Order: sequence, then C-alpha cells, then structure tokens
Amino acid sequence: MVPQVAPSSRIEASTFAVGIVLMFVLFIALGGVATAADSSFRVHSLIFAIAAFAGLAGLLGWHEAGDVPRTFDPSRYEEGVVKAGVIATMFWGIAGFTAGLLIALQLTWPNLFYFPDLGWTNFGRLRPLHTSAVIFAFGGNALIATSFYVVQRTCRTRLAGGMWPWFVFWGYQLFIVVAATGYLMGVSQSKEYAEPEWYADAWLTIVWVVYLGVFVATLLRRKEPHIYVANWFYLAFIVTIAMLHIVNNLSLPASLSGSKSYSVFSGVQSALIQWWYGHNAVGFFLTAGFLAIMYYFIPKRVERPVWSYRLSIVHFWSLIFIYIWAGPHHLHYTALPQWAQTLGMTFSIMLWMPSWGGMINGLMTLSGAWDKLRTDPVVRMLVVSVAFYGMATFEGPVMSVREVNALSHYTDWGIGHVHSGALGWVGFVTFGAMYCLTQWIWKRQKLYSNNLVEWHFWIATLGIVLYITSMWVSGIMEGLMWRAHNSFGFLEYSFIETVSAKHISYIIRATGGGLYLIGAIIMVYNLVRTARGDVPADERRRGSAPTLQPAE
Amino acid sequence: MAARPGWLFRNHKVFEKHSYILLIGILIVVAIGGLIEITPLFYLKSTIEKVEGMRPYTPLELAGQNIYIREGCNVCHSQMIRPLRDEVERYGHYSLAAESMYDHPFQWGSKRTGPDLARVGGKYSDEWQKQHLIDPRSLVPESIMPPYAFLQGRPLDLSTIADGMKALKLEGVPYTDAMIKRATDDAYAQAGEDYDVEALRKDYAAISGRENGVVVRDFDGERGDPSELDALIAYLQVLGTMVDFSTYQAEDLSNRR
Repeated sequence: MVPQVAPSSRIEASTFAVGIVLMFVLFIALGGVATAADSSFRVHSLIFAIAAFAGLAGLLGWHEAGDVPRTFDPSRYEEGVVKAGVIATMFWGIAGFTAGLLIALQLTWPNLFYFPDLGWTNFGRLRPLHTSAVIFAFGGNALIATSFYVVQRTCRTRLAGGMWPWFVFWGYQLFIVVAATGYLMGVSQSKEYAEPEWYADAWLTIVWVVYLGVFVATLLRRKEPHIYVANWFYLAFIVTIAMLHIVNNLSLPASLSGSKSYSVFSGVQSALIQWWYGHNAVGFFLTAGFLAIMYYFIPKRVERPVWSYRLSIVHFWSLIFIYIWAGPHHLHYTALPQWAQTLGMTFSIMLWMPSWGGMINGLMTLSGAWDKLRTDPVVRMLVVSVAFYGMATFEGPVMSVREVNALSHYTDWGIGHVHSGALGWVGFVTFGAMYCLTQWIWKRQKLYSNNLVEWHFWIATLGIVLYITSMWVSGIMEGLMWRAHNSFGFLEYSFIETVSAKHISYIIRATGGGLYLIGAIIMVYNLVRTARGDVPADERRRGSAPTLQPAE
Repeated sequence: MAARPGWLFRNHKVFEKHSYILLIGILIVVAIGGLIEITPLFYLKSTIEKVEGMRPYTPLELAGQNIYIREGCNVCHSQMIRPLRDEVERYGHYSLAAESMYDHPFQWGSKRTGPDLARVGGKYSDEWQKQHLIDPRSLVPESIMPPYAFLQGRPLDLSTIADGMKALKLEGVPYTDAMIKRATDDAYAQAGEDYDVEALRKDYAAISGRENGVVVRDFDGERGDPSELDALIAYLQVLGTMVDFSTYQAEDLSNRR
C-alpha cells in the first residue's frame, strides 16, 4: 500500500530547482565572506548570502503555508510577478530620479551638495548610481514586468517555468542592489552603463539566461498560431542584451575573492566594444524593449489594431540589423581607425528610417481614435512618448555626423539628447504602461484619478522641456566656447570660463529634473490609490446614482 | 490596386510561427554588424601606430588608475584629444591609439564636465594636484569638481596589486615576473621611500626604451607609507608623457589613418 502523502509536502519541480540554485549561491557567498580579499567583496558576499537565505526561507514558508498544494495552475495567468514588477518599477524610478536630481544639484551648487568627509556621495560615484537606477532598475523592471504580462496575454498561456519567473524578478533586484551598493563603495569597471564588477556581471548573466528561457518557453506553449509583433521586439531585446553583456564584460579578476577585475580588451578595441555595447544598450534595452511596450499598450489602450503589419516587419528587421553598427559614432575623431568611424556614422544616419518606421506605426495606430488624446490622459502620455522617440531618433543621426559631432561630443548636448529619449520616450511610455497595468492587473474599472494623470503629464512635460532646452543651450555654448579663437589666433576662453558660463543652464536643468520627479511622485500616489480600489471623494459623494449628462 | 504581397511578407510567417527560427534569425541579424566592424581591429596592423616610449604602468601608477576608476574620474574627464585645432592648442598633441594600449579598459571617456586629462602629466606640480584634489575650489573658485580630501593620508592598499599585474600579464601587458614579484617594493620606491629605485627604472626602461621614463618622488609630500593620494598623483603625472614626440613622425604615411 502506497503511503498517503499530504499534498503540501510534495515540492513542485521548479520550486525545488530554484531552491537548489539558492543553496549553491548561499554556499558560494559564505565562502566569499570567509575569504574576501577586500571589504567591498565581503559586503557583497554578505548581501548575496542574505539574499539567498531569505529566498530559501521565503520558498519554504510559501511551500508550507496553507493546506492547498503549492502548484502553478496552467489555466490561470501568473499575475503576482507582474504586480511585483509594477511596484519595483515605480520604487526604483523614484530612487533613480532622486539620484539624478541630487547630482544635477551637485554640479549647480558644489559647495552645498558635496561633503568632503563623505567620499561616497561624490558625483563620480553617484552618477553611475543614477544611470543604472533609471536604465536598469526602473527601465529593466518595466521591461521584465510588461514582457511577462504581454507574452502571457498574446500567447494566451500562463508564463512558463513555475517558480523561475520569480527567480528572474528577485535575482534582478539582487543584481540592482549589488550594483548600487558597489557604486557607493567604489566598485566599478569604469565602463559606462556596464560599471558593475565581474561577479555582479556573472550573476546577471545567470538571471538573464533564465529570463530568456522563461520567455522562449512561454512562446513555445502559446495557443495562438502567430507570435505577436511585441514579442519579436521583446525577444530581440533579451537575446541581444545577453550577447552584448557577455562580450563587453569579459574580464579577468585580480583575485577570485576580490572585487577588482581588468577588462580583457584594452585601448582602441575596448573602446569600440564598449560603445558597440553602449549604443546598443540604447538600441535594444531602451528602444527595442520599449517599442515592444508601445506595440502592445497603445493598440490595447486605444482599442485599435496596429496600423501596418508590413511596416512592423520591415522596421523590425532593419532596426535590429542597423542599430548594431552605430556604436563608432561615439568615437568620432578619436584614435579609432577612420573607416570604423565612417561605417558607424553611415549606419547611424540610416537608422533614422527604421526608427521613424516605428514612430509612424505607433502614432498611426490611433487612426480613428484620435479623440482619445483629449479624453484619456494615459493615451496622451503614450502618444507623446512616441513623439519624443521620433524627436530623439532624428537628433541622434544628426549628432552622429562627424562635423556635428566635433561640436556636440563631450558637451552637455549629449546629456540633453539622452534625456529627451530617456525622460520623453522611455519614461513616458513606461508611465503609460504602468498606469494601464495597475488598472488592469488590480482589476479596477478605471484609475483612481484621471485629473492626477493630467497633473503628472503637464508637470513632467514642462520638466522635460526645461531639461532638454537648457542642455541644448549649455552644450552648444560650451562647444562653441571651447573652439573660439580671438583675433590674435589664440584660444578665447579658459576651460573654467566655459564651466561657469553654464551655471544658469544647470539651475534650469535641475528645476526640470525636479519637476519630473514631482510628476512621478504624483503618479505613485495615484497608482497606490488605484491598486487599493479607492474612489475619489467627489465621486463617492455622487454615489451610484446616475448623473445627468448634457446632450451632445 | 491589390498587388500581391511581396516575397518577404508572404514568407514572414516562418518567423512568426516558429520561436526558434525567430530567435536564430534575430541572433544572426544582430551579430553581423559587430563581427564586421570589431574583429578587424584585432588583426589590422594599422590599428595601433608603432611608437617609442610606451610602457605598462608601474605598480604605483596602476594603483592610481584603480583609484581613478574607483572614484569615477572618467565620468567627467576624457583622455582623448581629438585632432582639432582648438583641442591640440588647449591640451597638446592629439592622442594616439598606442597611448591607451595598456589601459584595461580604455579611459577615453565621453564627457568633459572637466578638462581632458590625456596629457595632464607634468602640466601642474604635485603640490598643485594635491591641493586641487583636496579642495578644488581653493585653487579654482568656479570649479564644480568634488573634493577628494579623504585620499590624503589614507594608506594605499597594495595587497592585490601583484595579482592585478598577473591578470594584466595574461591579457597581454608585458609585465615580467620580476616586475610582478617586486610590485610592492616598486610602489614604495617610486613614492620616494628607501627601496631599490634602480631595479624599478631598469625594468620599465627595458620596455619603453627611455632612460628616465619613471618619475620617482614623494608625490604627496608626506613621508611614510604611500598614500592613495601618492598613487593618484603618480598616475596623473604620467598621463600623456610616455610617447616620445620628438621622434614620432605624426605626418609619416604609415602613421596616417
């Protein structure tokens, strides 16, 4: 006779496998704590150990709690991990915007915002904290959350992998915490947007490969014959980022128990590999991934089909093919051979077309529903994001022209360009998607307050306009001042004169960033009230009694 | 006009119906650009000029570069002078590919919130660098640079510098076993302490071909074990000084690219 096994004592396979991985991590991390060659490595080993232990405890507690068997019902969507993703996106968004505001203030009033005794608050350490927080923590969580939501709905199947999507979510948060604490402690490879050291990179590789696995496995069990266009973009984003991340971060640690490593590549080669990575972090993380968001959330929100199927095919393949070549435009007039610079510039200009293909396809999806721009502020946010995408992807090819780049490179113009893409496109399309997701996944009829979305929209838009115009002015000004010669043929300005000339622009920039942060705080309040199912006071007063509508 | 859809549109369903074909298709399409653009840099001999004077960083300078990277100096300072009239006048001879051949990774930077540092070596005195790092606004009132007072007197951690040199040697930096073995001693010697300066000079001169290629002095002006300030200033003072521009023929055809 087979002994009766209580349902809750059977462990579901993926939960078991995640538990094994966490035990390995715990084991290695404890070894790291014991043998650490430097204090940063010890702190990070400890963080890994605590995270693995907490993960194991969480798994066990979840498994033991309740009488129902702990399995993953394939007939229901996995929504918990998407909810967690929405919360993480907004949390890291606020953190990243705040860090950005702080470093903007440091450059504006160095006497007030630098602290000689607190080296870890210096600009050089906080700047990667800001960029990583907004790109990888805010943007990355938005991509993971929306991709998990979209791939389930468009494949009409539950997310594959049982516990593994949760491993991706928490593993990614762990990477963010390790990266962020690393910057504060001065752990950096100095490669822009790839600063975390070798062990953080290795961990991200594991998490990312699991992410790819979950995504592809979900596609494989879809109940729709066709893979929806948003998923092409998500897939391209995930797989290309894996390729870029692995190659760009190849390095040899000085010691397996130390935080410092030396990149395998040096000089010219390391420069081009870094910007092959760097520009495609823009191209695939901040563009392809967010185009996937556009391709799902805009049609859904306006209840219209994607404008052109053929355009989406043409611009998808051309975008991913051409983007990869564009990196050398970050290295004009440098010691990189000129043939590579020219190649990069040529492809950057060509990139204008597929970029605008995406913009046109997104905007024209509103055909027949343009009135929603007036009635639904979330739609307005999504549409304005696409407009900013179009603007930034026009400005980019212009700046990639060698002669323009001679002026714009090394200046604040680049900072302005990045932020028109980041605040306008990536930020707004994420905000739009998060407004939708919160309403949909917490099953609310509508958002808590459309008025607050209006406030968010206008405050943030004003912030963006202040930010990018001030950076255009300061960037072009300093570029012209650097190259100005007086009538005797000598340089007109010393370097420090070009710095102090930017002071007013820096005040305006910090104001713009502050407004953007305020908008996001309003959004968080609105989302929390929406998730809780609150109804604004004035609507409550009206109760459920039908109100008279004016004749139209 | 109801033209038949083109070949691409008729056949695109292959990608839309097979996850693996889509995945492999994407991988091939995104791999091409990098392969064509990057791989030639590893074998085309014209990528890096032949110059005299380049040598790997000494242990003290390498420790200085590690601090430079730790503090994120590269965030605001480039090390890449472009061949433009104003830059050559402001910063000196335009940067050569060879000058960053031992930088793992490159430190060219992407932003000049502060001035370029590719040739800052020898431009200011050690005292100026020290004072400027401790309190930038005491020398340049309108500066927006962060203060680095905490580097002063903080003992330099040399415990992993030899391991770092070993890793760099594996990656192609021509450190000899003797250099790696003497790493800590060399750092003390270069910082003006009573160690074997001749061995340090001789080994690095053997690679650079320049007799006085290593600057030896007490960079932070404070006796005792080398501080982080010593290392950072030693690194700043060597930047852009290695190549012998009295022998380098910038206009020579083999050097024009």
